[in-house]
Formats: sequence, C-alpha cells, structure tokens
Amino acid sequence: MTNPAKPIYDSAAHALPALSELRELRQYRFLLFQLIRRDLVARYKRSILGVAWTMLNPLGTMLIMTLVFSNLFKSVESYPVYILSGLIVWNFFSQGTNAAMVGLIWGGSLMQRIYLPRTIFGVSAIGTALVNLLISLIPLTLVMLITGTHISLTVLFLPVSILLLTAFTLGFGLLLSALAIYFPDVAEMYQILLTAWMYLTPIIYPEEIIPERFLGLYRLNPMYWMVKLFRLPIYYGRIPTMTEIAPALAWAIGFLIVGWLFFTSKSDEYAYRV
Amino acid sequence: MLTASDVYANPPPAAAAREPIVLLENVSVQYRVPKERIGTFKEYAIRALQRRLQFMKFLALKDVNLTIYRGEVIGIIGNNGAGKSTMLKVISRVLRPTIGRVVLYGKIAPLLELGAGFHPELSGRENVYLNGALLGYNQAEMDEVFESIVDFAELRDFIDAPVRTYSSGMYARLGFAVATARIPEILIVDEILSVGDESFQKKSNDLMQSFQKQGTTVLIVSHNLTKIQEMCQRVAWLSRGELKMVGDPTQVVQAYREDNP
Repeated sequence: MTNPAKPIYDSAAHALPALSELRELRQYRFLLFQLIRRDLVARYKRSILGVAWTMLNPLGTMLIMTLVFSNLFKSVESYPVYILSGLIVWNFFSQGTNAAMVGLIWGGSLMQRIYLPRTIFGVSAIGTALVNLLISLIPLTLVMLITGTHISLTVLFLPVSILLLTAFTLGFGLLLSALAIYFPDVAEMYQILLTAWMYLTPIIYPEEIIPERFLGLYRLNPMYWMVKLFRLPIYYGRIPTMTEIAPALAWAIGFLIVGWLFFTSKSDEYAYRV
Repeated sequence: MLTASDVYANPPPAAAAREPIVLLENVSVQYRVPKERIGTFKEYAIRALQRRLQFMKFLALKDVNLTIYRGEVIGIIGNNGAGKSTMLKVISRVLRPTIGRVVLYGKIAPLLELGAGFHPELSGRENVYLNGALLGYNQAEMDEVFESIVDFAELRDFIDAPVRTYSSGMYARLGFAVATARIPEILIVDEILSVGDESFQKKSNDLMQSFQKQGTTVLIVSHNLTKIQEMCQRVAWLSRGELKMVGDPTQVVQAYREDNP
C-alpha cells in the first residue's frame, strides 16, 4: 500500500514541467514502444509487400527524379546516390514532423479521457521516422553498389548526423504540434511550407547552381546543414569539418530546447483545447 | 498488484480503514470558451491587437472539497452539466485544476470508453498490449494477465484476427477485459458498464464486486439512482459545479430527487 505521506500525484507539484515530463516519459516507455510498433505495423498491414514499401518509396522517388533531372544535372556524378542521400534526410524530417502534428491531434481524444505524457505522441512519431530512416539505408547501400559508388569509411560518421537530425526534428515537431493545437490552419499551411522548403534545400539539384548572392540565405536554412551532414560522408566520402558541424549542432540543440520547453509549458492546456 | 485470476483464489480482506486515497482541496476548474471561434493567425493577431479576444469564463467546478477513502465505493450524481465529468477528469489527471489541489495516494485505472485507442488493422493480441500500454502498464505486467484477458473476453478463437472484423460486442468485451485485467487501486466507472449481453454484464458486475472486496476504491458516475443507491457507501451530489451534499446514499439521493422533481 502507498504511504500516505508520499502521494503518487499532486496537482500542485509541477514547478518544472520540462523535467517531470522526462520522468513521465521514462515511465511510459512501454507505450512509446507500442506506439512506434503500431505505426510501423499498421501502415502496411493490408499491403502484400508490407514493410518493403519503406524501401521502395524512396527508391521510386529517386528513380523518377533521376529520369527527369539526370540530363539536366549532367555534371553530378552518380546522380541517384546524390539525390537519395538527400531524400532520406528530407523524408525523415517531413514524415516525422507531420506525424508528430497528426499524432497529437489524434491523441487529443485519448488525452481527454486518460492521463498520458503529452510528449509521447511527438516522440513516438520521431521514433517511427527514425526506424524508417534506418531501413532506407538498405536501398541506399544497394544503389551505391549498383552504380559503383565508392563506399567510404566516412559513413561511420552517420550516427552523429542521425543524432543531430533527430534532435532538430523532434524540437521542430513539438513546436509545430503545439501550434497546431491552437491554430488548426497550421496543419494546412505546413504542407505548403514543406513543399517550398524542400525546393529551397539542395536535395534534387547540386549546390553549385545556387547563385552566389543567395548562398548566404541558403546557409540560414537548418535543413541545408542537415542534408550536408549526410551527403558529405555518404556521397563525397569525407567527414564534415567543424565549421560544417557547428551550424547543424546549434540548430539541433536550439530547436530541441525551445521545442521541449514550449511544448511542456503548455501541456496542461491541450486537454482543454483539443 | 494482483491479477484478475487471483480474485477468486483470495478471500476478501477486512474492510479498509479510513485512509484517504483521493483528496480534493478547494478545487475549481475554469473553462475558457471563446465567444467567437478564432481559428487563424490573422484573426487572432488582429483581435489580440485590438484587445478584443473575448472569452466566456465559466466554472465547471467551484471550490470543491472532498476526501475519498481507501476501499470505499462512492457515487457521484447530478444533472447534466453539473461537473461530474470534469470532476472525474481532475481526479484522473486529465485536467489540472485551475485553482486548488488534487492529491492521489493510489494509482488510477480509468475505464476508457471501451475500445478507445484500439487500432482496427491490428490483431486482438496486438491491441491488448497497445491498450494496456495506454493504461500505463509495462510488458511484464501485460504478459502476466494476457491469458486471463483472452479468457475473460471470450475471444480465444479470434485473438489473432484484426479487430476491424470484431462485432461491437467483442470490441467492448476486449476493451473491458484489458481495463480490468489488473486489480486497480482506484477504479473510475463512468456509466459504461451497460455493454455486452446479459451474461457478460453479470460477469463484469461480479468482477467489480470482487474488486471492492479486494480493497479497490470505486468511483461511480451514473444517472441510474437505484443502482447508485445499491452499490455505493457514500454519494456526492454535484449541482452547477458545487458540491451540494455528501453522505449516506439514501439521504443524498432523496434530497437530490426532491430538488429535481
């Protein structure tokens, strides 16, 4: 039996929601696992090829882009690898942030009935995207082998790239999903923003075609640096330099902290709002 | 914690002492309802600048003080909109009170609207684990009670079929079986026990009673005054957010009836 002196919940004790949320999330780690599992399994449950679609999806996009653009960007060597190494980064980001937003809105009906740590929807969405990212490294490797691209040992740097990308995406996703609770229009606006953002990031075209005068603006784009962190070790076979890591690191830590603080400071209100 | 299968093996313990398990101190809950729906940034920004963001504030709960003791069965009655659901939400941690304090000395098992959180494409087995996780249990705790859930829900032959193929009765049975698989410290029942056929209703009523004997604190919200009088040891009556009366079921129900002829 519980000791009366030690309540398991006290509504008055919530001085540091950002920290207590971490503790709650740890307690609910089985749910986190279950939600990720559900999203991975349920998505392909009725399709014959199942999880293979996770690999076929980026491959298909790459194939189309290659057919359409390889003539245009002749200067780019093994264009399929170039595009795929950027595409997996972009897919992770757009899928993760979208799922975080949809997940919190979906979770709204549950949040009105039972207590759940509010960040669990965002974190599980990013977790699902992370599994998909890891799976999509398989077709990437295949394409590299087929096109005869040299696979350098520099790919051992990728865990760092993945860590920074995940931190950035989680922070951004939390911020976005909190906003979407207050303003439903955000969800629609974001789709348009994503399309524009993708074309403003060198994913399908080489960096060299960016006019010199816009280069400064490009460097303000966090996704520019995230893509770089992947493409350098995969495609160019070199480890990013400190000046290339620093902006990505700053964006990642900055967004993670701001996103987490903002989201958890508002988390008592979601059940009133959804 | 004990599992459902232990219920029948163990004799009921002696009546619980007067040990508080839920404390509500001066609890008020305020909802802010915008007078007009504002859904876009532009509108919001304009209104905020003009200071014309107007909200209707109303108190769903007003300064409620209530102590619930370990092991008791307490009923909550009141008209629609009296604040019954809000009170349950405050107790089950869904809402944090605007003013006042809620303290829990035991784990809450909310009876989810049966089957909420189920995924239609997943099998019954997968949904049992998913639902258990939503209720805050871990893998080991769910492994322990899995078999008794399947038996209780009478779904042995269908447990690996996707739940979209289930009938609504099967759906509800599985949801109920998961929610009550482990003996909870505090059980919240919000008028949902009327699911399933007669034999299942009897089974779930028996289960509730054996929980009580095991020391579970039960909170029942219902409009069925006869049932409340039958099951509860104390009844709380809410009227327009205020706690009007707490005490002996017969007296409170009678007073409520006189007030609402």
